Amino acid sequence: MNRTSAPVDAPATGAWEGLVTTALLGTDRRTPPGTGPGPEAPVALLDAAAPGTGPGPEAPVALLDAAAVETVRRRAGLRPARAAERPRPAPEDPRPPLPPAAARRLALLLADRPGASGGGRRGTAPDLTELLPQWLAAANARGFAPPPQVLPALLDAARGRTDLRPTVLEFAGSRALWLARLNPDWRFALRSTPGGGAALPHLEDDDGVRQLWQEGLFAERVALLSALRSRDPAAARDLLATTWATERAEDRLMFLDSLRTGLGPDDEPFLEQALADRSRNVRATAAELLSALPGSALAARMAVRAEACVAIDHTQATQAAGGTEPSGATVATPTIAVEAPHECDPAMERDGVVAKAPAGRGERSWWFGQLVEAAPLGTWSRRLGGRTPREIVALPVTDDWQGELHAAWCRAAVRQRDAEWSRALLGEPSAPEAGGPGAVSLAERAKLLGTLDAAERAEWVAGFIATHGLSEAFQLLGVCAVPWAPPLGRAVVDALNIARDAGSYPWSFSGVMGLAERCLDPSEAGRLDALLAVPDEPENASPGAGGYWAEAFQRLVTTLRLRAAMAEELNTS
Amino acid sequence: MTQQGVRWTADQVLALAPDAASRKAGSKLGAAGPWSEAGSSDEGTVWGLCKGSGSKPYQTVVDIADASGPAYKCSCPSRKFPCKHALGLLLLWAGGDAAVPTGEAPEWAGQWIAGRRKRTEEKRAADSSGSPSGSADPEAARRRAERRAERVTAGAVELEQRLTDLLRAGLATAEQSGYGLWEETAARMVDAQAQGLAGRVRELGAIPSTGPGWPVRLLEECALLHLLGQGWLRRERLPEALAATVRSRIGLPASADGPPVRDRWLVLAQYDTADTRLTTRRIWLYGADSDRTVLLLSYGAAGRAPELALPVGLALEAEVSAYPGAGRLRVALGEQFAPPAPTAIRPQGMTTSQAAARYGDALRDDPWLESVPVTLGRVVPSPDGDSWQLADADEDAALPLTPSARSRPGLWRLVALSGGAPVRVFGECGHQGFTPLTAWPEGPGDAIALC
Repeated sequence: MNRTSAPVDAPATGAWEGLVTTALLGTDRRTPPGTGPGPEAPVALLDAAAPGTGPGPEAPVALLDAAAVETVRRRAGLRPARAAERPRPAPEDPRPPLPPAAARRLALLLADRPGASGGGRRGTAPDLTELLPQWLAAANARGFAPPPQVLPALLDAARGRTDLRPTVLEFAGSRALWLARLNPDWRFALRSTPGGGAALPHLEDDDGVRQLWQEGLFAERVALLSALRSRDPAAARDLLATTWATERAEDRLMFLDSLRTGLGPDDEPFLEQALADRSRNVRATAAELLSALPGSALAARMAVRAEACVAIDHTQATQAAGGTEPSGATVATPTIAVEAPHECDPAMERDGVVAKAPAGRGERSWWFGQLVEAAPLGTWSRRLGGRTPREIVALPVTDDWQGELHAAWCRAAVRQRDAEWSRALLGEPSAPEAGGPGAVSLAERAKLLGTLDAAERAEWVAGFIATHGLSEAFQLLGVCAVPWAPPLGRAVVDALNIARDAGSYPWSFSGVMGLAERCLDPSEAGRLDALLAVPDEPENASPGAGGYWAEAFQRLVTTLRLRAAMAEELNTS
Repeated sequence: MTQQGVRWTADQVLALAPDAASRKAGSKLGAAGPWSEAGSSDEGTVWGLCKGSGSKPYQTVVDIADASGPAYKCSCPSRKFPCKHALGLLLLWAGGDAAVPTGEAPEWAGQWIAGRRKRTEEKRAADSSGSPSGSADPEAARRRAERRAERVTAGAVELEQRLTDLLRAGLATAEQSGYGLWEETAARMVDAQAQGLAGRVRELGAIPSTGPGWPVRLLEECALLHLLGQGWLRRERLPEALAATVRSRIGLPASADGPPVRDRWLVLAQYDTADTRLTTRRIWLYGADSDRTVLLLSYGAAGRAPELALPVGLALEAEVSAYPGAGRLRVALGEQFAPPAPTAIRPQGMTTSQAAARYGDALRDDPWLESVPVTLGRVVPSPDGDSWQLADADEDAALPLTPSARSRPGLWRLVALSGGAPVRVFGECGHQGFTPLTAWPEGPGDAIALC
C-alpha cells in the first residue's frame, strides 16, 4: 500500500525522508532533523504517560525513537489506493455445473501430474494422467461447465500437453479465454482458439460476415470460413469466390482446404476453375478434391485415362503355368494386364498429375498410380467385366503390377470413402499376412478401416488379433471406437492371456496394455478377475513374469473400475 | 459422531502431506490397486492393507474423528508422518471409491483405535481434574521467571547498543557488513532466551538484499525492534495488555488463560510457513456466533507436518481460549463437541476502507502487527500494471496484493473464481498489502482455499 497511498499528512512525509537520510549516513555525520538532544522525542507510543525519562537520549536513540513513531504512524495511516480499471466481466457460461462427485474427480485427475512418469509405469495404480483426455471428452459430451477455480489447473495441464488442448479448451469454455488474456503463460489458449477467442459474428448476419471476411486477420477468416462451411457449404464457397482472385497463394491453399468439409457436386465449377490456378499446390489440392467427387468431369477424365491402362487379359495362363505358352491342358485365367502411360501430357498435369517422379521411382508407374488413385472406383466394375470389388481384388495381375495397382486402389478407397472397396482390399482378417493383398501395409489397413462403420471395424480388428496376435495390432487398435466393442475387447483380453501363458514379460505389450486400460469397456472388468492371481510359473517362462502380469492385469482392472466410476459420476446430475 | 456422510476432498487430504514427495507418492497410492481389506467405520476410522515391495502388506489405520486432526498408524518403516500409505488410503476414501466400504474395523485396527481413544480420555480426565501441570513449587517458578527476565533484559540492552552503533555509523554500512553480523546478534538473543528478538534480528539481516527501498524497510524494522526493546525495559510502566503483547513478542511463554469461548468455528484458512528449524501452521477460524476471527498455531519439526489439521470450509463446534496480549487473536483449541462438518457459514464482509482502518486500529494495541485478518465483502481482483489489487465493487478504492501473494497459484484461482465479478475474500491485510487466503463466489458455493 505504501506505493499508492498517500500518508495522512504531507509534512510527515518530509520528516520521514529526513529520518531515512540521516539513518543511511549515520548520526555521526548528520544530526536527526527535529530531534535535538533533549527529552521532546520520547518513545511516545510506549510511555506518553511517563515523560522525562532521565537524561536526554543520545542522537541514535533519538533517531530510533522518532523512526518508531513515524513507522507506526505511517502504517496506521494507510488508506486504500484508487481502484485501477476493473477487468470486463467474463461471459456467462450457460452450461450446467459438474455434479459434485465429478468435480472432486477432476481435482484428483489434475492433482496427479507426475511431469515425467519416471522409470516405466509398473505398479498397480492407474495412470490418472492418461484418463484425463477421456474424462474431458465425456464431460464435453454431456455439456458440463467446470468449476471456475479449476481453470488455472486445466490451463496448466493443457499448456504442457498439446494433445489435450482442444478438449481442455472446449471444456474450459469462454471463462478460460477470458483468464488467458490476463496471464501470458496461457497465451496458447488464445492462439489455439480461432480469432484469438474473439466471437465470430452471427453467421446469419451477412454484413458482419462479409466485413470480417474482408477485414479480419487470417486466423479469423479461416475460422469464419470453416464455421460457415459446416453450416451452409454453398454460402461459404460463394464468400470465398468473392475475394479468390486477390488472395495470396498460401492463403488460397488454406481456404481451399476448408472446402473439404461438406464437399459436394455443387463445388465442381469452382474447383474446376481452381485447376487453372497459378500455384501448383492449389492446383493439386483442387484436383484431389475433384477426384473425391466421383461424378465430376475431372473424375471422368481420370477414369478414361486409367481405364486405358488396365484391361483383362484372357489369354494369360495361371501363375502356375509360369508364362509358358498356354497348352491345351491349362485353363486360361482372367488376369489384369497393366500398360502404364507413356507420357504425362499437359492435360494430365492440369488435372493434378505430378509429372516428376520422386527419386527411385519409375515415371510411368508414378503416373499410373496417380491416375488410378484419382479415378472413381465405380469405373472398375464396368471396365473389368462387371465383377464386384472383391472379385477384382482377387484377380491376378501381370508383371508385378499388383503392388502398384492395389496401393492406388487403397488410396482411392480412402479418398472416396468407399466401404465396399475398403472391405475388398482389407480382405479376410484371418488371412495369413502374406496371403492378404500384399501391397496393403498396416498403416494403409488402418486408413481403410476408417471408412468402415465402428462395429465392422471392431469386428475386423478382433478377427485380425485372433489370428495374428497383438504384436502388429497396435496401429489398428488405434482407429477403433472407444470403448471397444465386446468382440474386440474379448479378442484383446484373450490375446493378452495367451501372451502371458507364453511366458513373455508384460512390458513387451505395454502399448496394447495402455490402450486396453483406456479403451476396454469398463463392464469387461469382471471377466478379468481370473487373471489377477499370480500364476504358477511354467518352466520356460521368463523369471518373475507371472507376478508382473498379475500386477499389469490388476492395474488394468483398477483402471477399468475407475473409468466406470468416472462415467457414473458424470451421469448423475 | 455422525461422520460417515462427510468425506474429505482430495485437496484436504493432500494438505496433510509433510512434503511434495509424499504428496506425489500418496497420490499414486490413492487408487484401489494396492489396497485390500480396506474400509471405514461410522466412528471415523479408515483402515486398509497396502501391498508394498515386501511380502507382507502394510497395515494402515487413520483416525479422522478427532477434531484436533487425524491420527495415523502404519506398519511401514517410513519416518514421514503421515506416510504415503496413510495419504493414499485417505485419498482412496476421499474419492468415494467402492474399495473403502463402510464396515466394522478389523481387530488390528480396532485395537489401536481403542487404545488411542482410551489415552485421550485419560488425558482429558487428567486435564479436567485440575492438577496444574508444571512445577509444584510456585516459589521456584517465580525465581526461574526472574532469572529469565534478567537474561532477556541483558539481551535487550545489548541489542539496543547494537542498534545505536548501527545508526551512529549509518545503515549504508549494513549493506557491507552483510548477514554475518546479524546472525551473530541473533545468536546472542537466543542465548538471552528472547526468541522473538532473535527472529526479528535474523530478518533484519535479509533486508539489504531485498531490492530498491531497502533502507526504508531496514529503518522501519530497526525502529520497531528498538520499540520492542524499550517496551521490555519499561514493561512495568505499560498498561497490562500492552505489557502482555511485549512479553509475547519478545518470545516469553504464555498460556492460553482466557475464558473458553464456545462457538461454531468455520475453518477459514490453513497454511504452513517453514524455516530451517520449524514448520509453523496457521489456522484461521471464524466464530459464527461471536463474529470473531481467531488464530490457531501449530508447530512441527522441520520436514514434518504440524499435527493439527483442519479442513478449510468445514465448521467445528468447539471451545477456544485466548492467549494473553492485545488483540487476543491467538487462541488454543479446547474441547471439541463435534467433528468438522460442511456448513453454509460465511464470515461477514467489509469494504477495503474498513479493512485498512481495521489494521490502523489494531496497531494501537500492537504496533508490531504485520497484518490483521479481514474478510472483504465484495471485491473484484483487477490487474494493476505488473501487480494485482482487490477493488471494491461499490467504491473507488482498492487494496494492492502483497508481493508474495502475486506469485502464488492461488491468485489465479481467485481471478478465475471471480471472472470479473465481485467475490468475498478472506485474507490478511497489512502494511505490505493484502494476502488473499480463501474466497467465496457471490452466489452459493463452497469456500475456495487460495493458499
